[in-house]
Amino acid sequence: MGLELSQVTKIYSGRKPEENVRVLDRIDFQIRKGEFFSIVGPSGCGKTTLLRIIAGLDQASEGKVLLGGSEVTGIDERMGMVFQEYALFPWRTTIQNIEMGLEMMKIPKKERRSAAMEYIRAFGLDGFENRFPKALSGGMKQRVSIARTLIMNPEVVLMDEPFASLDNQTRNDLQNFLIRVWDKRKDTVLFVTHNVDEAVYLSDRIMVLSERPSEILEIFDINLPRPRDRTSRRSNKIRKKVLELLSRKG
Amino acid sequence: MKLETRNSLTWRRFLPIFVLILFWQCLSSLGIIPRFKLPSPVQVFLGLRDLVELGMPPGHPLHYHILHSLYRVFLGYVFAAMLAIPLGIAMGWSEKLRMLLGPIIELLRPIPPLAWIPLSILWFGIGIKSAAFIIFLGVFFPILLNTTGGVLGIDPVLIEAARTLNASDRDIFFKVLIPGAVPSIMTGMRIGVGIGWMTLVAAEFTGVKQGYGLGYMIMTARDIQRPDEIIAGMLVIGVIGLCIDGGLRLLENHLVRWR
Ligand SMILES: Nc1ncnc2c1ncn2[C@@H]1O[C@H](COP(=O)(O)OP(=O)(O)OP(=O)(O)O)[C@@H](O)[C@H]1O
Ligand SMILES: [Mg+2]
Repeated sequence: MGLELSQVTKIYSGRKPEENVRVLDRIDFQIRKGEFFSIVGPSGCGKTTLLRIIAGLDQASEGKVLLGGSEVTGIDERMGMVFQEYALFPWRTTIQNIEMGLEMMKIPKKERRSAAMEYIRAFGLDGFENRFPKALSGGMKQRVSIARTLIMNPEVVLMDEPFASLDNQTRNDLQNFLIRVWDKRKDTVLFVTHNVDEAVYLSDRIMVLSERPSEILEIFDINLPRPRDRTSRRSNKIRKKVLELLSRKG
Repeated sequence: MKLETRNSLTWRRFLPIFVLILFWQCLSSLGIIPRFKLPSPVQVFLGLRDLVELGMPPGHPLHYHILHSLYRVFLGYVFAAMLAIPLGIAMGWSEKLRMLLGPIIELLRPIPPLAWIPLSILWFGIGIKSAAFIIFLGVFFPILLNTTGGVLGIDPVLIEAARTLNASDRDIFFKVLIPGAVPSIMTGMRIGVGIGWMTLVAAEFTGVKQGYGLGYMIMTARDIQRPDEIIAGMLVIGVIGLCIDGGLRLLENHLVRWR
């Protein structure tokens, strides 16, 4: 049950035809089930747009998105999304945020609670279950946000620069945390980031997009064993290749 | 430690009022302020006692006036909130509805509620319906505008996040739009109740049927030249307004403790 994009193109229409912006240009790739797949590309190249199309929050102008062979049209239960700025509901406590999706599915309260409590324990949020987001640090907020998505057991987890607004140390911790969680669950992850180091540290494959209108420049295979060493020679080599490709085009 | 500072803070907040009353009493006692223009605090206090014990007009004691006034405000207020909150949320949600109703609301809003009195009497006669309608008009617009603003101010990402968690339109309405707009709704409710209370007293100046109401009480006191009772009545209006606002503020602090 992989994810497949076929000739996905996105054009934002302006007031006049010549003001139309072509953001994505025939994007075509496949992600295997259980794969950790990253997308990097210059700012404004359309990474968020691409993720929103896959999530069903926006529509492609041409082309289609297939999940497990069936076309995705609109919001799809099989997909979950983690947003850059956490997007937690500020009026809901940690546990209420995490169980929001289960609530939408009309799961009885007791089951919801116990499922959410499991995530709270596994995500190191004990003691904060009844706090509101304002009382949480950035790293905790993002863990709540990830828990809120994973508790729905989506087949594909979409993440749009989830760690971009965190400080370095927290970011590293959360990268390690995410990889440990992913290693156990083997979700299919589509991870957007600006940060090449992060992509090399986390991913099975990295797709590099060009400037707008975005095309795929290259897809790198990262065949490094985990846990990875951030500073190993092989990591550095891949990092160098990706960075060169990005700077050549940008 | 925390309690202590809070207590002394409360004391300090009331201090200027005590100083003002003391100052006022001194000026009256020294004869600097003529008592027929502005009675002294002691006289006002005695006037208040008369309002409670004898009533104004006699036989119509203060607490009945208060109850009648509160009842009128409550009625107009509840109707206004019940209509303005759902409509405000709908207008925040639907651009079409905003386009449709926006201009009408902008036209009606600047008309002072008191200017509606003649029409209101024509429609409802003199009485509770008419009074409640005037209050309704004073309360409706601040709640409506604040509610709409509150919905428009909700981060669209939160709506998308709810969508990706399989929220239906109904879920979005009840679990995102309403809670997200609560801070603004509460602001509107507080502004509204203040306006409602002020409007009421003014509306009662122009006549009431049952012979009860704080505004009516003050006008009666004026007719028989009792400035002490006028001022006592004014202070009662102020204190009740303060209490209502305090109550709503407590409710607000509870409802938006997540802020
Ligand atoms: N609703 C819209 N209407 C018109 N143009 C849009 C719209 N949304 C996005 N764009 C344009 O599409 C381009 C891609 O935006 P997008 O947010 O997908 O980029 P991104 O790669 O995620 O950028 P960043 O790295 O800064 O997050 C941008 O140039 C943006 O101006
Ligand atoms: Mg983006």
